[in-house]
Amino acid sequence: MIALSDFLILGAIMFCLGVAGIYINRKNLIILMMSLELILLAVNINFVAFSHFLGDVAGQIFVFFILTVAAAEAAIGLAILVVLFRNRQTINVAELDSLKG
Amino acid sequence: MVEQLVFYALSGILVFAGSMVVTVRNPIHAALFLVLAFFTTAGIWLLLDAEFLAMTLVLVYVGAVMVLFLFIIMMLDINLVVLREGFSRYLPVGILIAVLLGLEIVMVLGPSQFGLDIVPAPAHHGPAYSNIEELGGVLYTVYVYPFEIAAVILLVAIVAAIALSLSGRVKKRRGQRPEEQVVVNPRERVRLVKMAAERPDSETP
Repeated sequence: MIALSDFLILGAIMFCLGVAGIYINRKNLIILMMSLELILLAVNINFVAFSHFLGDVAGQIFVFFILTVAAAEAAIGLAILVVLFRNRQTINVAELDSLKG
Repeated sequence: MVEQLVFYALSGILVFAGSMVVTVRNPIHAALFLVLAFFTTAGIWLLLDAEFLAMTLVLVYVGAVMVLFLFIIMMLDINLVVLREGFSRYLPVGILIAVLLGLEIVMVLGPSQFGLDIVPAPAHHGPAYSNIEELGGVLYTVYVYPFEIAAVILLVAIVAAIALSLSGRVKKRRGQRPEEQVVVNPRERVRLVKMAAERPDSETP
């Protein structure tokens, strides 16, 4: 039988890969968004695993809503990316310094 | 036993795909490896009796979101060399942080806390069990308000995405202008002429 901790460790590994991706590809905005998707996927794995092992369907409902919000986030994020590229001809995060932050 | 083999095979593919997403050079390859990761995650969710969510993941993510990603990557003319610089410099930091974070999470969520002897694996549902029925029964009763909020969020996302991508490109406003239509004077458009109903005889050929 597969233990709950196996699924949780798998989710932890995916989460760490997403975080490492944000650190490694800190210039490429598209890869940054893909790393965000990886992190959300890891969280969803944990939710589904707990839902199965505790016999409570609320975890799956929550994954449903996370998928909805993540799809909306991806759509708006990519729209912003397109507008950004149209105005600045770059998606390099290091060059996006017009706010002087 | 077979279940364990399937789980470890899928987990191996998933970790491989995830690590390729963050390290591969070409963004298109990264997007395709992300598709592979979503597919294998759907398989893992099938092991957890979450059939509806597994199918939704394939339909929504692989079918819609990743295709959107691929479209955007192919539309943009990006300079990969500039975006890759600093990769080897940040790689040790990234690996260090990932390993530290992973160790901390495993210490909290490891087999000593959530092993089989503490959380026993539940029996799988029989063939008569319907995951969609169970989800739908809860979703449309207890969670109907969050469900409608999710619908509104999707609507806002549609409007925002269209408005964002339309605003920069269109200099001249398209569509009708109600304020100009209202202030139009009908005498400027149509001239009413009084004339006889029949022509004089001299003009007939």
